[in-house]
Amino acid sequence: MNSPAPFLRLSGIAKSFGGVTALAGVDFELAAGEIVGLIGDNGAGKSTLVKILSGVYAPDAGSLTLDGKPVDFRSYDVRRARALGIEAVHQDRCLGEKQPLWRNLFVGRHRAGRLGFIDIAREKTEAMTVLRDLVGLSGNGLSPEARVAGLSGGERQGLAIGRAMHFHARVVILDEPTTALSLREVERVLSFIADLKAQRRAAVFVSHTLSHVHAVADRFVILERGRVAAMRVKDNVDLSGLCSLVQAPGAA
Amino acid sequence: MRAFLARNATQACILGILLATLAVFVAANPRTFLAAPIYLAFLSTIPFTAIIALGMTLVIIAGQIDLSFPSVMALSGLVFATILPATGSGALALVAALACGGLMGLGNGLLVAGIGVPAIIATLGADFFWRGLTMLASDGLARSLVAFRDSPVHALLVGRLFGVIPAQALWLAGIAALVWLLYHRHVFGDALRFVGDNPEAAAMTGVPVRRTKTLAFVLLGLLAAFSSCLVCMEMGTWWPTQGEGYLLLVFASVFAGGTSVFGGEGTVFGTLIGAVLIGIIEAGVVSSGFSGFWTRLIYGLVVLGSVSVYAVLLRSRRR
Ligand SMILES: Nc1ncnc2c1ncn2[C@@H]1O[C@H](COP(=O)(O)OP(=O)(O)OP(=O)(O)O)[C@@H](O)[C@H]1O
Ligand SMILES: [Mg+2]
Repeated sequence: MNSPAPFLRLSGIAKSFGGVTALAGVDFELAAGEIVGLIGDNGAGKSTLVKILSGVYAPDAGSLTLDGKPVDFRSYDVRRARALGIEAVHQDRCLGEKQPLWRNLFVGRHRAGRLGFIDIAREKTEAMTVLRDLVGLSGNGLSPEARVAGLSGGERQGLAIGRAMHFHARVVILDEPTTALSLREVERVLSFIADLKAQRRAAVFVSHTLSHVHAVADRFVILERGRVAAMRVKDNVDLSGLCSLVQAPGAA
Repeated sequence: MRAFLARNATQACILGILLATLAVFVAANPRTFLAAPIYLAFLSTIPFTAIIALGMTLVIIAGQIDLSFPSVMALSGLVFATILPATGSGALALVAALACGGLMGLGNGLLVAGIGVPAIIATLGADFFWRGLTMLASDGLARSLVAFRDSPVHALLVGRLFGVIPAQALWLAGIAALVWLLYHRHVFGDALRFVGDNPEAAAMTGVPVRRTKTLAFVLLGLLAAFSSCLVCMEMGTWWPTQGEGYLLLVFASVFAGGTSVFGGEGTVFGTLIGAVLIGIIEAGVVSSGFSGFWTRLIYGLVVLGSVSVYAVLLRSRRR
């Protein structure tokens, strides 16, 4: 397979929390239209890597280049990441329970004028589109005014994913987007990811359910205790091979 | 209509309570409560509480609390009551008092959002500190501002429009409109909601959590200082214990108004109605022939009752 050159490159990423080393020098690349499955045991450092890439945490060491240009981590945060087209759906869905759906869709980047007043009518209209087209939630009788507190787990996940999809990001990172979903909803998430690929956008897909990852990813990166333990292209590994690789990454 | 009521259940609830209370007072004492003077008196006194309660609403929506505003009132009032006689400039005195209040709010914000001290402790400490400083700076002596009864700053702050309507009521209306716009329409209000609702989610979605908290404290400091200037002008004097009586009134207004004690949601309209309710209770109780000692007990009852009722309302909506 003749894969295109990566446009995003993380190298030597290290991060520790107090005495706990979450990441100990991780290199990671992503090409346009590529889906990378990021897998590994609990506590391997997957979510930490996701949070560094999406601007939530600053790493202790390492660098990020985007389109060959270095990105300064000192001025890198969630807003900057979003502006560069990097969007994340975190493991803990990050929704304001008591807030209406439309506020949750636009939180942190409202459609606002120069004085900071929100164009509420426009946001509600857009929210309706997201609920209908991206999330398929409007069939459940959900309106942009409904509160997150009344949503089921699957609906919340749908909302969080819809939020990431709506802003035409180049990179969408999904941290365990299929846990606790019904089969039908899993299908929907996987087809989202496939759509991304069709649009030549890239995705990072973190999951413990290897069959989901194997179904959509082009490449697998296996993390173990803060390091990249193995890397495989899909053509070179089947599902059972992937399973044994995750169970004993060193042996492979 | 029904959907509107359902969405604004808390507002409807507090409005109902206010009307019921008013009906009781009218029945108990029609001569007082069916004539204009008592309502004009309310228009002159309620704004002092209501203006601060509006700022407190935003702080509580952000999941914080500020117990220091009584001392912020005292110290910024002292600044006002010192600079006004010294310079004769109302504008200078007002700006200095506001700056003082804003800085004290900033101090709370830095303690809470910067250092990470829980708001209840930080602002309690700040309350003692600023009250102590006020006592030291004033020698515990009151300041008379009677000489400024006819000054322009008096007319601007607490004059009577057409000889009847107290200017502070107009200030309140303007500030309430502004706070409503901020909370419902502005990104700052949105940030307040998410910071109070789920601070981790707010941070991960790019909301400037620390700046939002700090700004809420600054805004409350400014409003407390402004209210203090109004009080000084209306009463014609500054006194060292100024502000102390407002602690209960402000919290009673906010919680009776339906703002969640848990943060993340609140209503500007509710706080306004809550302040009116709290403001009429004292007059109503006294004019109904009870002693003034009853009012405190009733305020306490209002706070406990409303917080409990709203907690039950909230639980039933969750299901
Ligand atoms: N905010 C934090 N504070 C302290 N320790 C943290 C923090 N975030 C992560 N860690 C630690 O870093 C390590 C890696 O955690 P991380 O959440 O990245 O793992 P993960 O691969 O996502 O695991 P899981 O599959 O369970 O989600 C763990 O040991 C965890 O305890
Ligand atoms: Mg994780």
